[in-house]
Order: sequence, then structure tokens, then C-alpha cells
Amino acid sequence: MQPWPSGVTMPEPLLELDRVGMRFGGVTALDDVTFSVQSGEILGLIGPNGAGKTTCFNVVTGVYTPTEGRVRFRGQNLAGRKRYEITRLGIARTFQNIRLFPEMTALENVMVGVDAHHRTSVLSAMLRLPLHAREESEGRERAEELLGLVGIADRAGDLARNLPYGYQRRLEIARALGTSPRLLCLDEPAAGFNPVEKQQLMALIRRVRQEGYTVLLIEHDMSLVMGVTDRIVVLDFGKKIAEGSPAQVRDDPRVIQAYLGVIDDEDEPSVGDERPAGRMVGGQSRDELP
Amino acid sequence: MSPLASEVREVIVGLNDSRRERRMAWADRWNRQPKAFRISLVVLLIAALYVVPLTKPPLINTPHVDFVSLLGTSVVPFVLMALGLNVVVGLAGLLDLGYVGFYAVGAYVIGVLTTQHANLPWLVALPFAVLIAMAFGVVLGAPTLRLRGDYLAIVTLGFGEIIRISAQNFEWLGASEGISGIKRPASFGPVKFSALENRWYWVFGLTLILLVVFLLRRVEHSRVGRAWTAIREDEDAAELMGVPTFKFKLWAFAIGASVGGLAGAFYAGKNITIYPADFQIANSILFLAAVVLGGPGNMWGVIVGGFAIAYLPERFRFLQDKRYLVFGIALVIMMIFRPQGLLPRRQRAAELTRAALLPDASDPLAEEAADATVAERRDDA
Repeated sequence: MQPWPSGVTMPEPLLELDRVGMRFGGVTALDDVTFSVQSGEILGLIGPNGAGKTTCFNVVTGVYTPTEGRVRFRGQNLAGRKRYEITRLGIARTFQNIRLFPEMTALENVMVGVDAHHRTSVLSAMLRLPLHAREESEGRERAEELLGLVGIADRAGDLARNLPYGYQRRLEIARALGTSPRLLCLDEPAAGFNPVEKQQLMALIRRVRQEGYTVLLIEHDMSLVMGVTDRIVVLDFGKKIAEGSPAQVRDDPRVIQAYLGVIDDEDEPSVGDERPAGRMVGGQSRDELP
Repeated sequence: MSPLASEVREVIVGLNDSRRERRMAWADRWNRQPKAFRISLVVLLIAALYVVPLTKPPLINTPHVDFVSLLGTSVVPFVLMALGLNVVVGLAGLLDLGYVGFYAVGAYVIGVLTTQHANLPWLVALPFAVLIAMAFGVVLGAPTLRLRGDYLAIVTLGFGEIIRISAQNFEWLGASEGISGIKRPASFGPVKFSALENRWYWVFGLTLILLVVFLLRRVEHSRVGRAWTAIREDEDAAELMGVPTFKFKLWAFAIGASVGGLAGAFYAGKNITIYPADFQIANSILFLAAVVLGGPGNMWGVIVGGFAIAYLPERFRFLQDKRYLVFGIALVIMMIFRPQGLLPRRQRAAELTRAALLPDASDPLAEEAADATVAERRDDA
């Protein structure tokens, strides 16, 4: 086993990435990435486009198995676990490009999340056993509660695809919270938001933390990241280049060079970005699920 | 998004809203009726379903074939098949082109068990037909459900052919002669199942359909049904939200297969002779057409679809050879003008009591959000 790098000796980390590497053929998306998330904190994960942030999420949530290193959650190695098992262990996520269940109502979307810990299957549903009735009413109650928490309870009965964009983003958060996670991973939750909505989102993220969830946040918007996170990890070219408090990271020359200089490129990855085109293409495609 | 496009979209959303309003108004009105009234109306409706077709109603009656016999040979199996396939295709979104295989398994199990091979009564063989078809569903599903979309469709297509060709080549299964002398369901008292007495097939068949509907509805409106819909909508997202997708896909296959087996068993008990040629791929396509025509995902829709597919070619038999052409054209027209099916899956919002969900306006976050998100910005990201 690799010795612990000096940065991660804090007590009881919730999630640990230990020298994680992820290679796709010749492309190295993550290279020797080590950081940890402490219980109760809001950790920001930032970096330019193609830096490996979403790959990092995909490794944490079991979409990819890392080619090197380990991911530990609550002390357990996540290697070889199915994605839904990882969700049951307590990691939930949202998606950069919204991936709700469009033909289901908002309430049903969240209930799918709540169902993660339910045991009702075909027989108990068919025979309407007490288990089904209990889980159904509990699930509905919990889902309504969460829709209230993210502030979209007024459209609970609408199909997800008919919801306004901002509601859809919030619904993704509610659905993820439905799985009762310890760790909530938000992948660019403010993408496409105006400044007012970003403020509301920050309030929501803080509120989510107050409810006892730990948050891992990928975000491009620097004001949001600086305003809401406790600590920040910066990735560039798949490597961790900095870690620390928002103030530390903001003043770090490597970060400024790698990232803050090209802060406005979030919608057009090629503008002002000097890395080779081929790598950018790889970076973009890695943002999607396989 | 251009201004025009967003305007059009708003109009469409508005239309949907008003449609939903209307539906909710109907639902409200229905729910406000006294319970006794509602129950008696449903009972009356079901009674009519049992009795009316037996009177061979003038416009519906098929002039060239005995309508009551058609109900048993064709309508009941097709409706059952549509119901079973709807679980797989309509709910779980798994394209199964070999569904006729399960129909064949059900029919052949009855064929084997009620003829000289075992000589059991039909009713005793029935559970075997359902369970063995279910087992075939699991056996087919376990290795193949890792595939998606087109690949799954091709593998299931192959499965349907394997079943038929096996039946055609196993001497024990009668090879291309098929199996004849299959037992009908046993008659008792006034209830008679015979070549000349088709009425009870309808009564029995409709009972089976209602039973299947009853059970499937319960499953659909549960965690299982939600998991299926989630898988259909976005399988990766479903898995990441904690849905054991493989397990539920396998259940969809198993349930679909067992209903298919039931349909085959019924068919064998009505037709008393089965041939491998009864189970051609073309039938799979017709079953799928029933689901798509009726409205995938909506049980009532696929019942209508199953009925239409079984009935229309017979009703329009006077068109002779051209009836399948007309049928095909009708399907194409249908797909152009109403791709969602005759009775599309409806938004289940009406089930939710609106009153229970509205009063969250006291939540400041909700108010802010409502103010800020009036405009839609789907065109970014």
C-alpha cells in the first residue's frame, strides 16, 4: 500500500481517493490523484475543461473502475462494486447534462431515489404486502419533503420534462438526496443559471449541508465555488495541482496560471485554451457516461 | 432556441396543461360520485364486456368467421400477449422481437402435457405452461439483458426462431406436424368448452385478462413499476440512483414471458392443434404492433391494440388479399398522426392529490425559485 501523502492525515475522511489513475487507451484522464472529503464539509473540485473533474465523479460513483489506485468510502474500497451498491453505500450524484427520467413526474423521480433502500419487489407488490404499503407511503412522504427542501414542491405532479430548467436542476438534487446519501456529488449544478439563481443555489447547497450531508461540488463559476466551499481541490491535465481553502487556492500561482486565466471559457472550451485539440476532444467525451 | 420555437413550445405546454386540467376535472367528478355508484358502474361495465360480445353485435360482428370463436382463438391470446409484451417493451423499454417464443413455449407445454406424453388435464398443465415460459424468460434474459437496444432486439429475434425451429425438428414435439389432440379445459355443469361451444372460452379468457390486468397494475404502481420506467427513461441514471437495473429487467422479462406462456396455453386449449408455423416471427411483429398501436406503457391502450390487431383483419376479410395491405397502410397512417398510440400513457399526475402538494408556498426558497425561473432556458448547457 502506498504511504499516505502528507495532505490527507485528517481524521476520519468520508471519501478518500488514493493515488487514483484513470487511463482510456493512450489518454490519461486522471493521474495520481489523491484527496479526501471530510464528513460535513463542502469540497469544491475545480479545473479547466477536460481537467478530469467529471471523470473523477465517474470514478467515485462507480461508472468507471480506476485503472490505478483506490477509492475508499467510509473505509470501504469501492473497487468491483456495482453502481447501485455504491449508491446504497451513500454516494449520490447529479449530472452535468441533466439526466432526469423525463416521462416521470417530479415526485416519482425522487421516489426512484428513495427506493434505493427499499426492499419491495414483485411478489410483495403483487400481493400488496404490508412492506409495500409502508415503503410506498414513507417513500412518498420523504419525496415530498425533499421537493420542499429544494423548493419545487409546487410542481411535484408535473412530468420532469415539462419543468423549467432551474426546476430540473433542483429536481436532480432532490432525486440524489432521495437515496439518503452521506456524500452528495454535484456536477456543475449551476450550469446555465443566471446570477440570481446562482445565489439561490448557493443557499440551497448550504442548506443541504445543514441537513447533515457532505457535498462534493464540481463547478466552473468561481464566485459560487469561492462563496460556498470550505476547501477546494484543483485539477489540471488529470493531476491535482492545488488543494486548500478558497483563499489559498485563489492566490496559488499554479491555479491562476492553469485556470483563472481562462475562467471565461466555460461554454466554448477551445477559446483561450492552449492545450492540443485532440486532448480537448477526449476531455469532452469523458464528460459523458459511456 | 429561437423565439418562435419557444413560443410554439409554450403553446404546446399550455395545451398539455389544459388537457391535464380537463382530465383532472373528470377525475374529480368521478371521485366525487358516491362509492356505491362507482362500484356498480364498474361492475356493470365488466358484465357488459362478458355478455355483449357473445350476442355478436351487428356492426362489430365478423361476417366471414364466427365472431365468438374468433374471440377465443385470436382476441384473447392477442390481448394477453399485448399485456405481457407491454411490460417488457412499454414499461421497461426492452425491445423484444422474439416474444412469440414464449407463446410457443406455453402452447407446447400444454401440447406435451395434455397429449399422450403425460395426459394431464388442461387446467393441471396450465401452471406448468406459465412457470416453464417464465423459466425460459429468465434463461433468455440472464445472458442477454446486458445488451441494449438493437442488440437485444436481434438476440431476442434469434430466440424466437430457435424455439420455432426446435419445435419443427424435435420428433417428440411432433416436428412440423405439430401436436394435435390437445385437451380443452375441462367442462363442468353448464360450463362447456368444445368445438361448437365457444362462449365459455370468452368468459374464461376475459377472466384471465382481468386477472392479469389486476396483478400487473399492482406491480406497475409500485417500486417495481417505477424502476421499470426509470430504466426505460435512462438506464445509466437509474442504476446510479440505486436501481438494481439487471434484477428488474430480468423480472420484466420473466413476467412478460409468463403472461406469454399463459396466452400460448389458452391458445392451445382453444385450437387443440398447434403447428410450429403458428409461431413465426411475423407473429412477434404483430404482437409488437398491438403494443405500439395501442400505446406502449398503457395497459388499457395495449388491450385495445391487441383487440384491434386480432380483430380488424377478420372484420375486413371481404377485402380478401388486400386486407393486410390496408392494415399496413392503417398502421403507417397511425404512426404518422398518432405515434404515441391510440391510448397513450397518460401522465399520472391525476393520482396525486393536488391539495397535498401545493401549500409549500410558505417556503421562501420556493417563492424565489418560482420568481426566478419563469423563463425557460433549455438551450444552454
